[in-house]
Amino acid sequence: MANGKIYDRINEQSPWQDITEGNKIFEAATSKDFCTGEWRTATPVWSQEKCKQCLLCTPVCPDSSIPVTAGKREDFDYDHCKGCGICARVCPFGAISMREGK
Amino acid sequence: MEKTTYNFKEVMSKPERLAPGHRMCAGCGGTITVRTVLRALEEGDRAVIGNATGCLEVSSFMYPYTAYEDSYIHNAFENAGATLSGVETAYHVLKKKGKIKDNFKFITFGGDGGTYDIGFQSLSGAMERGHDMVYVCYDNGAYMNTGTQRSSATPQYADTTTTPAGKVSAGKVQVRKDLAAIMAEHHIPYVGQSTFTSNFKDLYTKAQKAIYTPGAAFLNVMSPCPRGWGYEPGEIMNICRLAVDTCYWPMFEVIEGRWILNYEPKNKLPIEEFLRPQRRFRHLFKSGNEELIGKFQEEIDRQWENLRNKCS
Amino acid sequence: MAIRERLSGNEAVAYAIRQVNPDVMPAFPITPSTEIPQYVANYIANGEIDTEFIHVESEHSAMSATVGASAAGARAVTATSSCGLALMWEELYVAASNRLPIVLALVNRALSGPININADHSDSMGARDSGWIQIYAESNQEVYDNYIQAFPIAEDSRVHLPVMVCQDGFITSHGVENILLIEDDKVKGFVGAYEPEHYLLNGTERMAVGPYAVSNYYMETKRAQRQAMINAREVILEVARKFEEMTGRRYGFFEEYRMEDAEYAVVIIGSAAGTCKAAIDEIRDTTGKKAGLIKIRVFRPFPEEEIAEALSRVKAVAVMDRSEMFSAASGPLGAEVRAAMYQAHGTADVVNYFYGLGGRDITVSDFKAVYDRLEAIAGTHVVTDMYEYIGLRSAQSEEV
Repeated sequence: MANGKIYDRINEQSPWQDITEGNKIFEAATSKDFCTGEWRTATPVWSQEKCKQCLLCTPVCPDSSIPVTAGKREDFDYDHCKGCGICARVCPFGAISMREGK
Repeated sequence: MEKTTYNFKEVMSKPERLAPGHRMCAGCGGTITVRTVLRALEEGDRAVIGNATGCLEVSSFMYPYTAYEDSYIHNAFENAGATLSGVETAYHVLKKKGKIKDNFKFITFGGDGGTYDIGFQSLSGAMERGHDMVYVCYDNGAYMNTGTQRSSATPQYADTTTTPAGKVSAGKVQVRKDLAAIMAEHHIPYVGQSTFTSNFKDLYTKAQKAIYTPGAAFLNVMSPCPRGWGYEPGEIMNICRLAVDTCYWPMFEVIEGRWILNYEPKNKLPIEEFLRPQRRFRHLFKSGNEELIGKFQEEIDRQWENLRNKCS
Repeated sequence: MAIRERLSGNEAVAYAIRQVNPDVMPAFPITPSTEIPQYVANYIANGEIDTEFIHVESEHSAMSATVGASAAGARAVTATSSCGLALMWEELYVAASNRLPIVLALVNRALSGPININADHSDSMGARDSGWIQIYAESNQEVYDNYIQAFPIAEDSRVHLPVMVCQDGFITSHGVENILLIEDDKVKGFVGAYEPEHYLLNGTERMAVGPYAVSNYYMETKRAQRQAMINAREVILEVARKFEEMTGRRYGFFEEYRMEDAEYAVVIIGSAAGTCKAAIDEIRDTTGKKAGLIKIRVFRPFPEEEIAEALSRVKAVAVMDRSEMFSAASGPLGAEVRAAMYQAHGTADVVNYFYGLGGRDITVSDFKAVYDRLEAIAGTHVVTDMYEYIGLRSAQSEEV
């Protein structure tokens, strides 16, 4: 696995000689380097106090942006969360609220 | 393989195999399906993920950004089944020749356009040949990538861009194709139909069975599309619940030819409950169209009875 | 010691497949290539090879599965003809742009409609822009030799392109000829073990193949693909030299027959070259007319400069196309040879012929008429039509 961001190696200014053979990519999950969080028009805010760690919010996230470690969720991955609001809607404890804007 | 226990917290703690940074729309049901299915892989197992052309493909592997933690191949629109059969066959021969050591699983995703329609032959061939692979259809009931055109998975009366509701049209004329049943008739060892439930036990355990049952398996997963269906993106879980509780989208599995109904609503809701929140069915609620909703209900009832008979 | 045998072209390809023992072969029956998968299935059924056959439900799936198997890290081959190749169309481009070293045995047959099962080149000529290397054969021996050379060409890291090994349907595919076969161990040594650097099933790396690429990447990608085709030129010749060392049989981009002093040349592809050679011998013996032939072996990459050079000293050229391209002007070979000669400031007059469509016979006397016509054209420098026909019935008399 190469180091650094994928776009430092291949980007829209790359000369043809730097394009990988057959457009193949020889590493995993390079999309992490692309911040879809920029798209947000609304932002979920997590209240650690209200959260009961039921984790019902985690499988509904289309953007894998609610990290879970050892059975406990952490704060949102704002680099990638698109602010769809599904998590806020499924939380039974009102621990996620949606705020206008990024 | 039967897993009887489902430890939600443990399952949620497994490493993510679909990375963020893909370009699917906010609130997309497709990636919820992909995440859940891939989570069913056991941690030591490697996988090759296939993909028919569609929203998922153009958004999850946009050069040079792949959203997959596993190896991935997209080929074209109509050949996800055939492509993965080539990969799976290569695996068996290279393993036999001692050239590779890891254990691999093979899972391919296709939208309903790539699965019910243009990729139907390729899917049928792959299932009939019995490759040890899972074909997962993330069914959002239309060609969403090109802008919500009608597919054979589109429900009757849906307003799509090629079956627009108009002065003399009530949307799509035909009822949707029952692909899961057709796949079951291929006599493959495992077929499952599912969608999202609050703790995702149904989809997760079906994915687990599909992946770890030797031979060909097919999963049909209703994966709502907020843009194409016309509902607030945050509402997805409610839409899924209504689909299941109205029996629009029954959850069942067919194991070695044995049909099993996985969920029967205690209180079967009228179909309006599922139709009303969606813009694509808005025209059905104009006065004078009550008969159409009645027909929709009749068809749902007929199919539900039919399914219950198969499962009894 | 080489093995003397009598085999059809299809048998020769199947024999070579047995010797190469590829990992995966998805294939679908279509006349006249059907025998190739049949023979391979028999080798597998009798445990002679451990290739895995995939009984796909169409040629589209055949090439799709071949692409999958090749990307996965397997040496993957298939075979087809005519409409089978047409059904693969989309996948031919995918295989080439993914830079997969697939080898396809193509038994050339006319495309529908009307449906016709006999030889012409409309199938492979239509695929000439798909990014595949295309190698053609006159005889069963050449088909066999080309097939074996295809692997080291395709798999060379400077190339990584798929190769289409073409032969004329029924004429060579079913015609039994004397052939010199190479011993199994020598073929295996020549082709070598397949050890791809990157592949889906690699234990130490993750690979993703087949992205969506926006316009900022697409053009650079195509330029890189072009480089592989440029590189293929030297690799094809290197492989041919090694093959000659092993067998004594010499191959290049094309064969020149009695071109040393030729004034009138035919440029042709495939089995009809044999008939043309017979005509040349007869013409030279009986009239002293300096007739010669260029038989194209490698059509992709197109040996533009070399062909122009080989034609630089002749007075008139007949370029023979065994397929239409309905430009209402030249056929595909005619257009490319003309372009090559123009770029090299060639001075010879050029006439383009259509012949042999849908398996129509071409005879020694047809070729004699062509050389007569070339002599007449060289005298007047008047070429009335961009193209003419051989053996076409017409109510008018303008055709030859």
